[in-house]
Amino acid sequence: MQKYSVFSLIKNAFKGHKDWEVAWKDPTPKSEYDVIIIGGGGHGLATAYYLAKEHNITKVAIIEKGWIGGGNVGRNTTIIRSNYMHDENGLFSEFGMDLWRNMSQDLNFNVMFSPRGIINLAHSDAQMNTYSRRGNSMRLNGIDAVLLNREEVRKIIPMADFSENVRFPIFGGLMQPSAGTARHDAVAWGYARQADSMGVDIIQNCEVTGFDVSKGKILGIRTSKGDIKAKKIGLCVAGSTNVLAEKLNMTLPVETHLLQACVSEPIKPILDNVVTFGAGHFYCSQSDKGEMVMGGDLDGYNSYAQRGNLPTLQHVLTEGIAMFPFLSKLKMLRTWGGIMDMSMDGSPIIDKTHIEGLYLNCGWCYGGFKATPASGWTFAHTIAQDRPHKLNEGYSLNRFSTGHLIDEKGLGTKTWIS
Amino acid sequence: MLHIKCPHCGLRSQNEFSYGGDATVKRPALNKEISNQEWDNFVYLRKSPRGKHLELWQHISGCRQWIKIERDTLTHEIFKTLKGNEEL
Repeated sequence: MQKYSVFSLIKNAFKGHKDWEVAWKDPTPKSEYDVIIIGGGGHGLATAYYLAKEHNITKVAIIEKGWIGGGNVGRNTTIIRSNYMHDENGLFSEFGMDLWRNMSQDLNFNVMFSPRGIINLAHSDAQMNTYSRRGNSMRLNGIDAVLLNREEVRKIIPMADFSENVRFPIFGGLMQPSAGTARHDAVAWGYARQADSMGVDIIQNCEVTGFDVSKGKILGIRTSKGDIKAKKIGLCVAGSTNVLAEKLNMTLPVETHLLQACVSEPIKPILDNVVTFGAGHFYCSQSDKGEMVMGGDLDGYNSYAQRGNLPTLQHVLTEGIAMFPFLSKLKMLRTWGGIMDMSMDGSPIIDKTHIEGLYLNCGWCYGGFKATPASGWTFAHTIAQDRPHKLNEGYSLNRFSTGHLIDEKGLGTKTWIS
Repeated sequence: MLHIKCPHCGLRSQNEFSYGGDATVKRPALNKEISNQEWDNFVYLRKSPRGKHLELWQHISGCRQWIKIERDTLTHEIFKTLKGNEEL
């Protein structure tokens, strides 16, 4: 594989950029693979990459219905963080933070990882207490956390509403300085290019239409490009999990919901960090192009539409204006939606299933993008070793029936509870 | 925006309603031995189909009645609305 560097850039510039190798090939599917990953999103690509890199399993195919970068990996708000209280989430995400820090070097692709810090605003004394508890739990797990008072927050984001007569005054906030953002397309492209170079077949525009299961064992899949055999199959399809689960006669603790995001017109640099509103569900950062990147609540009802409705957008942006009044002066540049696999406790599932050779990776709710490397790494381990890694043991499928929920926020699909 | 025809009040905008989830889920019967699997089915497991979905909504800023709606989760088309005690 051609290495990307400033020298290769200069060399190709002299040739008019006509001799660049393709980043990944467009192979026709073989009749059999060791492992098939269904879903060519961030998590699927990362899984294939770590299967090849960490476990030497290279006879792997990624089956993608659309195209690489067209799903949630290109539809998120690019936030990366590990500010969780529970051990399962904190340790898993912090392991991911290490992978994020080295990702550009590891993939030879600039993913523009920018550890600019995230601030969760608090709007009451009770919320400050909750944040100090969460911050302490984070620090016990080796994650950086700083509790900020009102004046410290004001120094960092003076443009927030610090006036006296507001409905939700800013009392302070919890900051994770090492959190940040990355360029989401680059993450998909970087993983795809590396996986392809190690022998993984990335098969796009290929829909899975059925599964071949016999005596409780997976034998292969049926696709729009023919039948493909494999002893191990990983399901990594986010919002489409229930559609494929139905073909397997499985019912899962997951519902598919719609989440919208939007960007404003580009403006001069004003916001250095990621900031979340503590009295509702709204978050905001500024992209390198200057757009304010914003998101918040689900549309609130089951949906596979990949595009949202205005009432939720209006609700979310009302919260945004309560936090940053200057947003009301900006024009909206673009809005879009993605379909989320909302699990019932708000935490993901990376586990084996009752079908031998079938592995499940789903339930990412609002936080799939940041988990991309850690999810791929642990899912690859689960598939290769046929058992979960210590990091994803808690993300079991049967935790709902045994009662071992990971209720970080205490809500999954039922957003009205909040 | 969805326009929902409340069986009690007529056509209203989505803003007046709040969502209550899958209407086909049945609570296990009372006064009967109930297995963990039955509770699991009721509390956590959902089919979440792509296509026709029968769901509960409450007309919270209107008549406050719970109603049932048959809606397509891909196109958001609403086929039918029913009173809470009516079956499809």
